[in-house]
Amino acid sequence: MTHRRWFTPWLLVAPAAVWLFVFNIWPSINTVVLAFTNAKPLGGGRFTGLANFTRVLNDDQLADALLNSIVFMVVCLPLLTMLPLLIAVLVEKKLPGIMFFRTAFYTPVVASAVVVALIWGWMLNDRGLVNGFAQWLGVIAAPIPFLTDRWLLLFSAISLTVWKGLGYYMIIYLSALGNVRRELHEAAAVDGAGPVRRFWSVTVPGVRNTMLLVSVLVSVSALRVFSELYVLSNGTGGPGGRDMSVVMLIQMYSRGFTGHLGYASALSIVLLVVTIGPMLLLLRLNRKAA
Amino acid sequence: MAAHAKSARHSGFNTITTGEKVLRYTLLLVVLAITVSPFLWQLSTSLKSLDEDIYAQTPTFLPEHPTLDNYVKVAETIPVWSYAANSLVVAVIVVAGNAVGATIAGYALAKLRFRGAKLLMGLFLATLVLPGEVTIISQYVTVRGLGLADTLVGVALPGAIGMLNVLLMRTAFQAIPPEMDEAAIIDGATAWQRLRHIGLPNVRGMLSVITIFAFIGAWDDFLWPLIVLTNPENYTLTVGLQYLNGTFSANPRLIAAGTMISFLPIVIVFAALQRFFFRGVEEGAIKG
Repeated sequence: MTHRRWFTPWLLVAPAAVWLFVFNIWPSINTVVLAFTNAKPLGGGRFTGLANFTRVLNDDQLADALLNSIVFMVVCLPLLTMLPLLIAVLVEKKLPGIMFFRTAFYTPVVASAVVVALIWGWMLNDRGLVNGFAQWLGVIAAPIPFLTDRWLLLFSAISLTVWKGLGYYMIIYLSALGNVRRELHEAAAVDGAGPVRRFWSVTVPGVRNTMLLVSVLVSVSALRVFSELYVLSNGTGGPGGRDMSVVMLIQMYSRGFTGHLGYASALSIVLLVVTIGPMLLLLRLNRKAA
Repeated sequence: MAAHAKSARHSGFNTITTGEKVLRYTLLLVVLAITVSPFLWQLSTSLKSLDEDIYAQTPTFLPEHPTLDNYVKVAETIPVWSYAANSLVVAVIVVAGNAVGATIAGYALAKLRFRGAKLLMGLFLATLVLPGEVTIISQYVTVRGLGLADTLVGVALPGAIGMLNVLLMRTAFQAIPPEMDEAAIIDGATAWQRLRHIGLPNVRGMLSVITIFAFIGAWDDFLWPLIVLTNPENYTLTVGLQYLNGTFSANPRLIAAGTMISFLPIVIVFAALQRFFFRGVEEGAIKG
């Protein structure tokens, strides 16, 4: 009874295909369409030509947001490419209790960015743990305005992001370290190379592709930062609204009855353009791996 | 130190010296303190009573008189439990959708031959490079067009079949040797039977990894529910917490209690399932 029904594969793949078209492909096309209109959240929207894009070019807020996103990326990139590798090397060895450490190091990844930002907001508050502790030690006389100064707020969000990302990239490195050949380490050890030397000349070259992949992932996700800045700045985008990220601007322009979906879409296209560099690199890497 | 780890890795022998062991555990404890202590500090704040000075110059980690009052008070000020229920509804829909939708599609793409499969694969792959935030506005327009704006179903729906999950399941099914399928085909098994009896038992690891991540992703998401939901009654926990922050920033104890209500369930879920997760990782399940 080999009735191989021709439609079975289609039946199996249909739900995912519907989702692909309805929630991915169509919105991608529609983003471009909307960017040329003055659409509002409650519908409507007429074709307005390049009006949104002219506005983009003269938007000071967007200039700030882009600068913030790029500073964010430039600072996160080296930290999140190197620190998780060191931690992965640390948890790689199967010592007693190592599973506990791996799981514990991963906790910040599982927590919601909102929860994490609320916790850090409490610690970095003028009267919070960090300032309190530093004042108690006598290192500082007055509290450091972590959450009310433009750049300090940005760097607070960066520290939070790095802290939250450690475990995630640690896992990626951990699975790559398994492929670094043990014999190379032994050979290097026989040649008298110390641990630091072997880290640089055996481990690092062994995971070089993964480091590249991680750095692309870090860049793209840094450009997409939202929740951390939003929550740390209490939804205001910081002093004078100058701490927005590009995503925050998109969210802002889509809100409520006065929202400008057309302009939000134009901003989305700006976001796409700035992430396209790292993304192209990712595609190339994928192709190489395949 | 790094290298010692390598040389002992694959074999049973243990060349680790006491000094190195001490150094390793010291470093592990340092990283542990960095990663975990903010959560403990928040937990401690949430348990401190009103008459305890939480702004004390010398911070105390242990509450003097631990109390659950703050948890009761959060619930009195915002409907935190119904927010949690909302988050749970969203997470359950997303988990169910991915467990079923990504599995069957992954199976069809890996093991069945049909016209257009290659094109479809290409499209699935293409979506991966597009950051979700870029299309979030027109996704909102789509969801509103479906009449689902300001509903929990609207929050859950777009993520109910993740394109990455489809591809991960496909990879998992591909790892099953084709001979097993061929034998079953000769025995007259239909595609559904092969999926159930050969496919599923062999992809349990990946299935648990994608369901864990679907749950975490849905429970933790903030931007999308923030855009979709307008009525405070429909808020999910993350959106409600942000609301709590704006309203009650004067009392960090309440915010702390609120964050713990969001944080503890997800940590418990993860701690309970971490075996499957790390096993999946060791099998090379997570590749970026």
